Amino acid sequence: MSHPSQSALEHGTSHHGSHDAEHANHGNLRSYLTGFVLASILTIIPFWLVMGHVIHGTQATVLIVLGLAAVQIVVHMIYFLHLDTKSENGWNMLAFIFTIVLVVIVLGASVWVMYNENANMMPMSPQYMNHKQGS
Amino acid sequence: MNTIAVDTVHSEPRTFLCREEAHPHNGTLLGFWLYLMSDCFIFAALFACNAVLGTSYAGGPSAHDVFDLPGLAVNTALLLVSSVTFGFAMLEMARQRKRAVLGWLAVSGLLAACFVALEIHEFVTMIAEGAGPGRSAFLSSFFTLVGTHGLHVTVGVLWLIVLMVQLGKHGFTEANRRRLLCLSMFWHFLDLVWVGVFSYVYLVGVLR
Amino acid sequence: MPDRPAIWNFLLGRLSLSSLPLDNMIVVWTFVAVALGGGVVLGAITYYRQWGYLWNEWFTSVDHKKLGVMYMVLGTVMLFRGFADALLMRSQQAVAFGSNMGFLPPHHYDQIFTAHGAIMIFFVAMPYIAGFMNFVMPLQIGARDVAFPFLNNFSFWLTVSGVVLFMTSLFIGDFSHAGWLGMPPVSELQQSPGPGVDYYIWGLQLSGLGTLLTGINFVVTVIKMRAPGMTLMKMPMFTWTTLCTSGLIVVTFPILTATLFLLSLDRYIGTHFFTNGFGGNVMMYINLIWVWGHPEVYILILPMFGLYSEIVPTFSGKRLFGYSSMVYATASIMLLSYLVWLHHFFTMGSGADVNSFFALTTMMISIPTGVKIFNWLFTMYRGRVRFDVPMLWTMGFLFTFTIGGMTGVMLAVAPADFLLHNSLFLVAHFHNVIIGGVVFGVFAGINYWFPKAFGFRLDEFWGKLSFWFWQVGFWVAFGPLYVLGLMGVTRRLSHFTDPSLQIWFVIAAFGALLILLGILSFVMQIFVSIRRRDALAVGNDPWGGRTLEWSTSSPPPPYNFAFIPNVHERDAWTDMKKHGYQRPLEGFNAIHMPRNTGAGVLLAGLGTIFGFAMVWYIWWLAVVSFVALIACAIAHTFNYDRDTHISAQEVAQFEQHTGNWEPKAQGATA
Repeated sequence: MSHPSQSALEHGTSHHGSHDAEHANHGNLRSYLTGFVLASILTIIPFWLVMGHVIHGTQATVLIVLGLAAVQIVVHMIYFLHLDTKSENGWNMLAFIFTIVLVVIVLGASVWVMYNENANMMPMSPQYMNHKQGS
Repeated sequence: MNTIAVDTVHSEPRTFLCREEAHPHNGTLLGFWLYLMSDCFIFAALFACNAVLGTSYAGGPSAHDVFDLPGLAVNTALLLVSSVTFGFAMLEMARQRKRAVLGWLAVSGLLAACFVALEIHEFVTMIAEGAGPGRSAFLSSFFTLVGTHGLHVTVGVLWLIVLMVQLGKHGFTEANRRRLLCLSMFWHFLDLVWVGVFSYVYLVGVLR
Repeated sequence: MPDRPAIWNFLLGRLSLSSLPLDNMIVVWTFVAVALGGGVVLGAITYYRQWGYLWNEWFTSVDHKKLGVMYMVLGTVMLFRGFADALLMRSQQAVAFGSNMGFLPPHHYDQIFTAHGAIMIFFVAMPYIAGFMNFVMPLQIGARDVAFPFLNNFSFWLTVSGVVLFMTSLFIGDFSHAGWLGMPPVSELQQSPGPGVDYYIWGLQLSGLGTLLTGINFVVTVIKMRAPGMTLMKMPMFTWTTLCTSGLIVVTFPILTATLFLLSLDRYIGTHFFTNGFGGNVMMYINLIWVWGHPEVYILILPMFGLYSEIVPTFSGKRLFGYSSMVYATASIMLLSYLVWLHHFFTMGSGADVNSFFALTTMMISIPTGVKIFNWLFTMYRGRVRFDVPMLWTMGFLFTFTIGGMTGVMLAVAPADFLLHNSLFLVAHFHNVIIGGVVFGVFAGINYWFPKAFGFRLDEFWGKLSFWFWQVGFWVAFGPLYVLGLMGVTRRLSHFTDPSLQIWFVIAAFGALLILLGILSFVMQIFVSIRRRDALAVGNDPWGGRTLEWSTSSPPPPYNFAFIPNVHERDAWTDMKKHGYQRPLEGFNAIHMPRNTGAGVLLAGLGTIFGFAMVWYIWWLAVVSFVALIACAIAHTFNYDRDTHISAQEVAQFEQHTGNWEPKAQGATA
């Protein structure tokens, strides 16, 4: 019972310290290259759509651009950040889902609220606006 | 030792203490992930401002007037490639190859520094044209969101330099590995936020 | 900028002799009192040569127990400041009718209610909560410290930074007069050109960072550092609420940071986020600040719910009724708190559809809280209830907070809110829930855990006196405000013209005096208890507790547990006592602990200087302090030597001789 360093905290050089860095998912070459290719494609398409005025109708273009952005975010999460249900015993995923749900609520509800506020409380006089208020 | 009490209800004895110290896993990676989640909300607030104020041109320049999309494409490519090269650095760390790690880190840092430089150039140009952050609410929200992201990237580059020095001095200690993993998460996270920035602020912005 | 040679404007920014409020006698005399009192305290510390002790044992400590105590001291000191503001307001409102303008001109009165609100929320309630969570949670989970001890220390000093900036505003310059949330356009540069709003912004940015770091720290601690065998559903309820509160902090405080940052951009570089022209949108600030503000009130109350969940079972001699439903209620409050924020501005004009949605969600969120109230009542039912002081405060909470919650549901009815919004009814409601919920919880918790922290109980007579003054005083102070609010009287007024209202304000002022007596009784309680501490001495488990903190010595050693506990059941300590556990007296190991550090004090100090420089536009100092901050932070990362160890002999010495377990007056065992 006399080893001097049974400890609650890690010390730098001993073998058991290296577990955590190994448990963290590093990915492999394939995942980084796949992610790179997917992200590139998902970047080029929206640029092409907007700069080339490819689709008639801004609504559709906006939806596609945003949709592809959402997909690319997932790509980054999986291939670069290696988010899965195993890292940190699922707490990373839980924290991420909680964050995303709340971000969607904050963004969506804020836009909804402010659209209504603006419509009711800020009637636009012509000299202030180039475009219609509210998105 | 009376830490093992005879349990009269069940048949096996219960131990209430750990003789060998249970080794709690280091929480730095989880803690940093949580910090990144909190950073999501900073950006969420800024994106919300952009959503609400993004067409308030106040008679001044609109997104269509000032955004340089080809330059944006270059910047996006720089950041994406730097994200991949950082990934290569992490792969080399797993293989314990210090010089390779430092090499890939330097490449990533350089690419990110170019990103920041181009962004600063974009800002300076816009301000010189009279499209500075004080011109309208749209421009305020643009400069702040993009500028905050750029500030994060700058901090990342500074952190990368410090970490390269520390890796050079101490090598792949446990603490340095954790720091590299944290910086890696930070790096990829910023590229992820950039996806939102170029898609919503710039591309959708010119369409609004 | 003052009219003087450019060199002075460069060196001092807009700071000048005219920044000192020498014309305001109240402030002048306050300064004299603070200077004298402060001088006595600092002089005594110097005379008794305690600076070394304070620095080595307390200021640089990364021990969660020491930090917890320091947070509690900070909260108590600021309670006096915030309450002084309350007394000033009550006095003014009791006399200022008709031709009597009172003694506080509007510009001063506005600063007082702004300071009162901001201080009470950010520098009284939050530090108290941080103090409890800091001290108790690691002990409850069988850990030696939190996950990031240095960040813990740094968080504390960042909170102190905020306090320093707020208190400095009292004597140099003035404070914000834009309300505790700093609403534009009042908080914008045009209507608040002075340093007040800037003090407010930087004080909150610094302390807000501290709070965020605490949130991250505690989430990781609860997830990673629980003793073996303690699964999530075997954690004490206070630990559960610590986890949920800290999670809420992580996702909520960044929004405050961002919103204040945007306001500061408007003020410093002329952006147009919340201005009246150039496309700015004032309502967006109000929207964003309440996205933060509503979860914030749940951050305030959830730890208290956890605290009550510890006290009620202990003093009922029965395990908590409905543990699982408590957990689910807490988790659902976490999520629902993000769906109600618009109820703070029903009247701003979002229309019936939006208002209806948020009215419904607001009513829904009262349901999980109702579940908790019933669980506490069912815990008491058929228990052997002892009305020690902590339980007395809890009874007060059950009665007072429930009524406050009901008035909240009244406010949730959007059409009713069109009368009641920003009236004194609203003021009464939120004081009802914050005092009934948070303040009563603070006193309950102090009485409950003080013996653990210091080895002796608090005097019971003064404790009961304090409770009754607070309980009666609260209703006498705020009951009239409900009446006034229903009659339509607006908040934040310093003068009235209708003399028929005066009687209500006089009653309210009397209630404030009763609360003052409650606070003074609390101070007496501390003094008397310290004087009588030998007679009041206790062992490790004075109340017959159920959770692991009661297994440690009172006070616990720096390492908390000589051996990490092995948990089998919920209410782990009750389980250990039931099976005849006896603590070992030999066979100890050396224990690794984190080292003390002054880096937190230094970094926070530099942050304070930076904040002050930004307030006064002293740009050279802002740059220098900011660069120094970054440099010191980087230098700190080059320090890899952060651990020390406590030898097996030291552990043995404590466990065998100096530790305090022996009961002087043992409470009933469960």
